[in-house]
Amino acid sequence: MEMRRTENATGFMGYQRENGTWGVRNHVVVISSVNCANGVVQAIGRALPAVKVITHTEGCGRAIDDGAIAWRTLTGLGRHPNVSAVLVVGLGCESIKGDALADHIRAGGPPAEHLGIQAAGGSVRATAAGIAIARRMLEQAATLQRSPCAWDALTVGLECGGSDALSGITANRLVGAVADWLVGRGATVMLSETTEMIGTEHILCQRAADAALGERIVAQIKEQRRKTEQYMGERAGLVISPGNMDGGLSNITEKSLGCIVKGGTSPIRELVAYGAAPSKKGLVLMDTPGSDIFSITGMAAGGAQIMLFTTGRGTPAGFPTVPVVKIATNSRMYEAMADDMDVNAGTLAQGTNLDGARDELLALIREVAGGRNTRAEINGQEMVAIHTTGPAF
Amino acid sequence: MQNNILVIHPKDNVAVAVATIEAGALLVGGGVAGVHAVEVIPPHHKVALAAMAAGAPVIKYGETIARAKTDIAAGAWVHTHNLKGGEQQ
Repeated sequence: MEMRRTENATGFMGYQRENGTWGVRNHVVVISSVNCANGVVQAIGRALPAVKVITHTEGCGRAIDDGAIAWRTLTGLGRHPNVSAVLVVGLGCESIKGDALADHIRAGGPPAEHLGIQAAGGSVRATAAGIAIARRMLEQAATLQRSPCAWDALTVGLECGGSDALSGITANRLVGAVADWLVGRGATVMLSETTEMIGTEHILCQRAADAALGERIVAQIKEQRRKTEQYMGERAGLVISPGNMDGGLSNITEKSLGCIVKGGTSPIRELVAYGAAPSKKGLVLMDTPGSDIFSITGMAAGGAQIMLFTTGRGTPAGFPTVPVVKIATNSRMYEAMADDMDVNAGTLAQGTNLDGARDELLALIREVAGGRNTRAEINGQEMVAIHTTGPAF
Repeated sequence: MQNNILVIHPKDNVAVAVATIEAGALLVGGGVAGVHAVEVIPPHHKVALAAMAAGAPVIKYGETIARAKTDIAAGAWVHTHNLKGGEQQ
């Protein structure tokens, strides 16, 4: 354990980027600027399995606000520190212009190129051209080596999904201990899922670094509460999934308290919008829904290089460009879904030592940051969902 | 004796069942003494550590999570059937 503490103290091995950020992966990514380009993007991915693809439902036919959310999210995913190079595939007539997206990604991040399907003469020719571009990017990416990197270059996104009554006393408590340790070394930790802060407004307000931020946090959670009641009616106070209730959670307050414990005890430094990058280090909040894939996508767009994902009922969820460390809240599910789980926090229910479990998880995070693939990566579990909130036209 | 409950915070009046607790079993954990489960407690569900009158706050993580809808006996299963209200502020 002493050796582990010493090793953990020294940071990790990462990929240094020109913009000063550090990646834990070195992915070549093909992104569609609009959903019409998804087919070509997928075809390029099938031809080159080493490439990561990001497809989605956005890019056109949305109102202005949703267009802005998609633009910000796609930009963030493209500029991500885990990304070596980006190929944006567009159609030619879409709202989120592929060439503009590629230019914007390149301006703040990795090399980015654009391919327009209409200009290329259709999907077949665009796919062939895209394969050639992506292959060149893969060859270039292969030349980059890792180098030593301090913990303060890391942003860790926190997620809980398929929670049960143990989430808040095993896995989330463990993640909270890790969050405190990482923040203590200058790293950034993102706590999100605004839905799952409902009922804890007063607690989070007190944790804010200043009063104005505290008020904004309360206002945001109250707005989320209002939206929940608007859409769910009087059952809003019990808005948790059937799986949550079968697992022992009785209401959203109980679930929320168990959720926010994963953020640890640090002061909250900032509150950012969905998909936006924080400007401060330390513990920050991002406004995302509780729904897992939407939340992860938002935090990835905000620059989180690794996710810590606690789950009680079990989910295989992963993300194309960000390793997701899956932490089981209970031993029963850890064994039942062993192929999808990285860590068993269930032993904490029997009172095993929290500091020891924290050091073990930090050692794993260090390994994952340095290249060890998580179960979700090994299993090819890659989901993307951009949280736009209005209709398509 | 092996713990069958976990008490998260010293102010809590409910604990979490580590596994299924049979009716009549003594609750062991978190320094709780002399309380028996009055019914089967499903795994990871809440069990009352003390009797609560209807309307009393149910406390977990040191915070009020709901209020008792009916009188709740010490050792009773605590869940949606006998709780009301999302939270109190």
